[in-house]
Amino acid sequence: MSTLAQLQVGESVKEIQLEPVSRMDLIKYSGASGDFNPIHTIDVEAQKAGLPGIIAHGMWTMGNLAKLFTAYYEEGFIQDYSIRFKGMVFLNDVITLKATLKEKEDQNLRFAVAAVNQQGKEVLKGEVLYRQY
Amino acid sequence: MFKDRIGKQSNKVKNVVERGAVKKFAEAIGDLDPIYFDEETGENSRYKANLAPPTFPRTFDYGDIEGLNLPNKGLIHGEQTFHYERPLRVGEEVFCFAKVKNYFEKKGNFGEMGFLVIENYGEDVSGALIFSSTSTVVISEAVRKVLVK
Repeated sequence: MSTLAQLQVGESVKEIQLEPVSRMDLIKYSGASGDFNPIHTIDVEAQKAGLPGIIAHGMWTMGNLAKLFTAYYEEGFIQDYSIRFKGMVFLNDVITLKATLKEKEDQNLRFAVAAVNQQGKEVLKGEVLYRQY
Repeated sequence: MFKDRIGKQSNKVKNVVERGAVKKFAEAIGDLDPIYFDEETGENSRYKANLAPPTFPRTFDYGDIEGLNLPNKGLIHGEQTFHYERPLRVGEEVFCFAKVKNYFEKKGNFGEMGFLVIENYGEDVSGALIFSSTSTVVISEAVRKVLVK
Protein backbone atom coordinates (compact mmCIF):
# COMPACT_ATOMS: atom_id res chain seq x y z
CA MET A 1 0.00 0.00 0.00
CA SER A 2 1.33 3.40 -0.94
CA THR A 3 0.76 6.41 1.25
CA LEU A 4 -1.41 9.47 0.66
CA ALA A 5 1.67 11.63 1.23
CA GLN A 6 3.21 10.26 -1.98
CA LEU A 7 0.31 11.46 -4.11
CA GLN A 8 0.90 14.41 -6.40
CA VAL A 9 -1.76 17.00 -7.15
CA GLY A 10 -3.93 15.68 -9.97
CA GLU A 11 -3.37 12.05 -9.03
CA SER A 12 -6.09 9.80 -7.66
CA VAL A 13 -6.28 7.13 -5.01
CA LYS A 14 -7.13 3.68 -6.37
CA GLU A 15 -10.82 3.76 -7.24
CA ILE A 16 -13.24 1.14 -5.96
CA GLN A 17 -16.09 -0.35 -7.95
CA LEU A 18 -18.89 -1.68 -5.74
CA GLU A 19 -20.92 -4.80 -6.39
CA PRO A 20 -24.34 -4.03 -7.94
CA VAL A 21 -26.58 -2.49 -5.27
CA SER A 22 -28.81 -5.16 -3.70
CA ARG A 23 -31.87 -4.94 -1.52
CA MET A 24 -29.94 -6.73 1.22
CA ASP A 25 -27.30 -3.96 1.16
CA LEU A 26 -30.02 -1.43 1.93
CA ILE A 27 -31.77 -3.59 4.53
CA LYS A 28 -28.43 -3.98 6.31
CA TYR A 29 -27.76 -0.26 6.16
CA SER A 30 -31.24 0.52 7.48
CA GLY A 31 -30.58 -1.71 10.47
CA ALA A 32 -27.02 -0.50 11.10
CA SER A 33 -27.89 3.20 10.76
CA GLY A 34 -31.40 3.22 12.23
CA ASP A 35 -32.72 4.97 9.11
CA PHE A 36 -35.86 2.97 8.35
CA ASN A 37 -37.39 5.26 5.74
CA PRO A 38 -39.26 2.59 3.73
CA ILE A 39 -38.41 4.09 0.32
CA HIS A 40 -35.04 2.36 0.76
CA THR A 41 -36.38 -1.12 1.28
CA ILE A 42 -40.04 -1.54 0.35
CA ASP A 43 -41.11 -1.29 -3.33
CA VAL A 44 -44.68 -0.18 -2.66
CA GLU A 45 -43.52 2.66 -0.41
CA ALA A 46 -41.02 3.82 -3.02
CA GLN A 47 -43.77 3.83 -5.66
CA LYS A 48 -46.08 5.77 -3.37
CA ALA A 49 -43.35 8.38 -3.09
CA GLY A 50 -43.31 8.65 -6.90
CA LEU A 51 -40.12 6.66 -7.41
CA PRO A 52 -39.67 3.90 -10.00
CA GLY A 53 -38.27 1.64 -7.29
CA ILE A 54 -36.38 1.63 -4.02
CA ILE A 55 -33.33 3.88 -3.81
CA ALA A 56 -30.19 3.66 -1.70
CA HIS A 57 -29.83 5.88 1.33
CA GLY A 58 -27.64 8.84 0.39
CA MET A 59 -25.70 8.09 3.56
CA TRP A 60 -25.05 4.52 2.40
CA THR A 61 -23.20 5.85 -0.62
CA MET A 62 -21.48 8.56 1.44
CA GLY A 63 -20.41 5.92 3.96
CA ASN A 64 -19.02 3.73 1.19
CA LEU A 65 -17.11 6.60 -0.39
CA ALA A 66 -15.15 7.31 2.79
CA LYS A 67 -13.53 3.88 2.64
CA LEU A 68 -11.14 5.13 -0.03
CA PHE A 69 -9.28 6.71 2.90
CA THR A 70 -9.64 4.11 5.66
CA ALA A 71 -6.37 2.24 5.14
CA TYR A 72 -4.29 5.38 5.75
CA TYR A 73 -5.33 5.79 9.41
CA GLU A 74 -1.71 5.91 10.63
CA GLU A 75 -1.03 8.91 8.39
CA GLY A 76 -3.90 11.16 9.33
CA PHE A 77 -7.67 11.42 9.40
CA ILE A 78 -10.62 12.88 7.54
CA GLN A 79 -11.01 16.31 9.08
CA ASP A 80 -13.79 17.55 6.82
CA TYR A 81 -16.08 15.56 4.57
CA SER A 82 -18.79 17.38 2.66
CA ILE A 83 -21.16 15.92 0.12
CA ARG A 84 -23.96 17.02 -2.13
CA PHE A 85 -26.42 14.28 -3.13
CA LYS A 86 -26.93 14.78 -6.85
CA GLY A 87 -28.71 11.71 -8.12
CA MET A 88 -30.54 8.63 -6.97
CA VAL A 89 -28.96 5.18 -6.68
CA PHE A 90 -31.26 2.34 -7.71
CA LEU A 91 -31.12 -1.44 -7.29
CA ASN A 92 -28.44 -3.08 -9.46
CA ASP A 93 -26.64 0.19 -10.10
CA VAL A 94 -22.88 -0.22 -10.20
CA ILE A 95 -21.23 2.56 -8.27
CA THR A 96 -17.59 3.58 -8.60
CA LEU A 97 -15.90 5.57 -5.83
CA LYS A 98 -13.28 8.16 -6.75
CA ALA A 99 -10.96 10.63 -5.05
CA THR A 100 -8.50 12.98 -6.75
CA LEU A 101 -5.96 15.14 -4.95
CA LYS A 102 -6.68 18.80 -5.75
CA GLU A 103 -4.44 20.68 -3.37
CA LYS A 104 -1.61 20.10 -0.92
CA GLU A 105 -1.00 22.66 1.76
CA ASP A 106 1.19 21.87 4.77
CA GLN A 107 -0.52 18.95 6.50
CA ASN A 108 -3.76 19.29 4.56
CA LEU A 109 -4.68 17.26 1.51
CA ARG A 110 -7.78 18.44 -0.33
CA PHE A 111 -9.51 15.78 -2.42
CA ALA A 112 -12.39 16.03 -4.84
CA VAL A 113 -14.51 12.93 -4.23
CA ALA A 114 -17.40 11.43 -6.17
CA ALA A 115 -19.55 8.34 -6.57
CA VAL A 116 -20.39 7.64 -10.21
CA ASN A 117 -22.97 5.21 -11.60
CA GLN A 118 -22.66 2.85 -14.58
CA GLN A 119 -23.85 5.61 -16.93
CA GLY A 120 -21.01 7.83 -15.79
CA LYS A 121 -23.36 10.13 -13.89
CA GLU A 122 -22.18 11.56 -10.57
CA VAL A 123 -24.72 10.56 -7.94
CA LEU A 124 -22.80 12.13 -5.13
CA LYS A 125 -20.05 14.70 -5.17
CA GLY A 126 -17.99 16.60 -2.66
CA GLU A 127 -14.72 17.12 -0.89
CA VAL A 128 -12.51 15.50 1.69
CA LEU A 129 -9.97 17.49 3.65
CA TYR A 130 -7.47 14.98 4.92
CA ARG A 131 -5.33 16.11 7.84
CA GLN A 132 -1.90 14.48 8.04
CA TYR A 133 -0.14 14.01 11.39
CA MET B 1 -42.77 27.11 8.76
CA PHE B 2 -39.61 26.16 10.67
CA LYS B 3 -38.26 29.72 10.70
CA ASP B 4 -39.15 30.28 14.34
CA ARG B 5 -37.17 27.17 15.23
CA ILE B 6 -33.83 28.60 14.05
CA GLY B 7 -31.34 28.58 16.92
CA LYS B 8 -33.31 26.08 18.99
CA GLN B 9 -31.35 23.13 20.29
CA SER B 10 -31.84 19.80 22.01
CA ASN B 11 -30.57 18.75 25.41
CA LYS B 12 -27.35 16.72 25.38
CA VAL B 13 -27.74 12.96 25.19
CA LYS B 14 -25.02 10.54 26.29
CA ASN B 15 -24.13 8.04 23.57
CA VAL B 16 -21.55 5.28 23.67
CA VAL B 17 -19.59 4.23 20.59
CA GLU B 18 -20.55 0.59 20.89
CA ARG B 19 -18.20 -2.05 19.52
CA GLY B 20 -20.96 -4.19 18.01
CA ALA B 21 -22.72 -1.21 16.45
CA VAL B 22 -19.48 -0.04 14.82
CA LYS B 23 -18.83 -3.48 13.38
CA LYS B 24 -22.35 -3.72 11.96
CA PHE B 25 -22.08 -0.25 10.52
CA ALA B 26 -18.67 -0.94 8.94
CA GLU B 27 -20.09 -4.10 7.38
CA ALA B 28 -23.14 -2.25 6.08
CA ILE B 29 -20.96 0.22 4.19
CA GLY B 30 -18.54 -2.50 3.10
CA ASP B 31 -15.63 -0.90 4.94
CA LEU B 32 -13.97 -3.96 6.41
CA ASP B 33 -10.67 -2.54 7.59
CA PRO B 34 -9.68 -4.25 10.88
CA ILE B 35 -9.09 -0.83 12.50
CA TYR B 36 -12.87 -0.77 13.01
CA PHE B 37 -13.29 -4.08 14.80
CA ASP B 38 -10.09 -6.05 15.44
CA GLU B 39 -8.91 -5.28 18.98
CA GLU B 40 -5.26 -6.08 18.34
CA THR B 41 -5.17 -3.82 15.27
CA GLY B 42 -6.66 -1.06 17.39
CA GLU B 43 -4.16 -1.52 20.23
CA ASN B 44 -1.23 -1.52 17.82
CA SER B 45 -2.40 1.64 16.08
CA ARG B 46 -1.40 5.19 17.04
CA TYR B 47 -4.87 5.54 18.61
CA LYS B 48 -4.45 2.52 20.95
CA ALA B 49 -8.10 1.81 20.18
CA ASN B 50 -10.46 0.84 17.39
CA LEU B 51 -12.02 3.68 15.42
CA ALA B 52 -15.51 4.33 14.10
CA PRO B 53 -16.11 5.17 10.40
CA PRO B 54 -16.46 8.91 9.66
CA THR B 55 -20.18 8.69 8.91
CA PHE B 56 -20.93 6.61 12.04
CA PRO B 57 -22.27 9.63 14.02
CA ARG B 58 -25.37 9.24 11.88
CA THR B 59 -26.42 6.51 14.32
CA PHE B 60 -26.31 8.66 17.48
CA ASP B 61 -29.23 10.00 19.44
CA TYR B 62 -29.07 13.81 19.39
CA GLY B 63 -32.19 14.40 21.46
CA ASP B 64 -35.36 16.18 20.44
CA ILE B 65 -35.63 19.81 19.46
CA GLU B 66 -38.83 21.25 20.88
CA GLY B 67 -41.41 21.93 18.20
CA LEU B 68 -39.46 20.19 15.46
CA ASN B 69 -41.32 17.07 14.48
CA LEU B 70 -40.02 15.73 11.21
CA PRO B 71 -41.74 12.82 9.50
CA ASN B 72 -39.89 9.65 8.65
CA LYS B 73 -41.09 9.92 5.06
CA GLY B 74 -41.09 12.54 2.34
CA LEU B 75 -37.80 14.24 3.15
CA ILE B 76 -34.95 14.53 0.68
CA HIS B 77 -31.39 14.54 1.94
CA GLY B 78 -29.69 17.30 -0.03
CA GLU B 79 -26.31 17.81 1.56
CA GLN B 80 -24.24 16.41 4.40
CA THR B 81 -21.00 17.47 6.04
CA PHE B 82 -18.82 16.11 8.85
CA HIS B 83 -16.05 17.91 10.66
CA TYR B 84 -13.67 16.11 12.99
CA GLU B 85 -11.22 17.39 15.57
CA ARG B 86 -9.94 13.80 15.82
CA PRO B 87 -11.23 10.34 14.88
CA LEU B 88 -13.99 8.81 16.97
CA ARG B 89 -12.88 5.86 19.13
CA VAL B 90 -14.75 2.67 19.92
CA GLY B 91 -15.85 2.53 23.54
CA GLU B 92 -15.86 6.24 24.26
CA GLU B 93 -18.78 8.27 25.53
CA VAL B 94 -20.02 11.05 23.28
CA PHE B 95 -22.41 13.76 24.40
CA CYS B 96 -24.59 14.69 21.45
CA PHE B 97 -27.01 17.48 20.68
CA ALA B 98 -28.63 19.07 17.65
CA LYS B 99 -29.39 22.64 16.67
CA VAL B 100 -31.55 24.19 13.96
CA LYS B 101 -29.00 26.19 12.00
CA ASN B 102 -31.19 27.59 9.27
CA TYR B 103 -34.46 27.31 7.43
CA PHE B 104 -35.41 28.96 4.15
CA GLU B 105 -37.74 28.37 1.23
CA LYS B 106 -37.16 28.77 -2.47
CA LYS B 107 -38.94 27.99 -5.69
CA GLY B 108 -37.85 24.76 -7.34
CA ASN B 109 -39.05 22.26 -9.91
CA PHE B 110 -41.57 20.85 -7.47
CA GLY B 111 -43.02 24.10 -6.13
CA GLU B 112 -41.86 25.98 -3.08
CA MET B 113 -39.20 23.83 -1.42
CA GLY B 114 -38.19 24.17 2.21
CA PHE B 115 -34.53 23.76 3.20
CA LEU B 116 -33.86 22.83 6.79
CA VAL B 117 -30.27 22.85 8.01
CA ILE B 118 -29.64 20.88 11.20
CA GLU B 119 -26.27 20.92 12.92
CA ASN B 120 -25.27 17.98 15.10
CA TYR B 121 -22.49 18.02 17.67
CA GLY B 122 -20.55 15.37 19.57
CA GLU B 123 -18.47 16.30 22.61
CA ASP B 124 -16.29 14.32 25.00
CA VAL B 125 -16.84 14.10 28.76
CA SER B 126 -14.98 17.38 29.32
CA GLY B 127 -17.16 19.21 26.79
CA ALA B 128 -14.49 19.37 24.07
CA LEU B 129 -15.79 19.00 20.53
CA ILE B 130 -15.01 15.70 18.80
CA PHE B 131 -17.10 16.24 15.69
CA SER B 132 -19.87 18.33 14.22
CA SER B 133 -22.02 17.61 11.20
CA THR B 134 -24.65 19.40 9.17
CA SER B 135 -27.56 17.88 7.29
CA THR B 136 -29.53 19.85 4.74
CA VAL B 137 -32.98 18.36 4.36
CA VAL B 138 -35.29 19.38 1.55
CA ILE B 139 -39.00 19.36 2.36
CA SER B 140 -41.48 19.58 -0.49
CA GLU B 141 -44.63 21.70 -0.41
CA ALA B 142 -46.79 18.56 -0.33
CA VAL B 143 -45.05 17.22 2.75
CA ARG B 144 -45.18 20.61 4.52
CA LYS B 145 -48.93 20.74 4.05
CA VAL B 146 -49.30 17.43 5.84
CA LEU B 147 -47.05 18.64 8.66
CA VAL B 148 -49.17 21.71 9.31
CA LYS B 149 -52.32 19.68 9.87
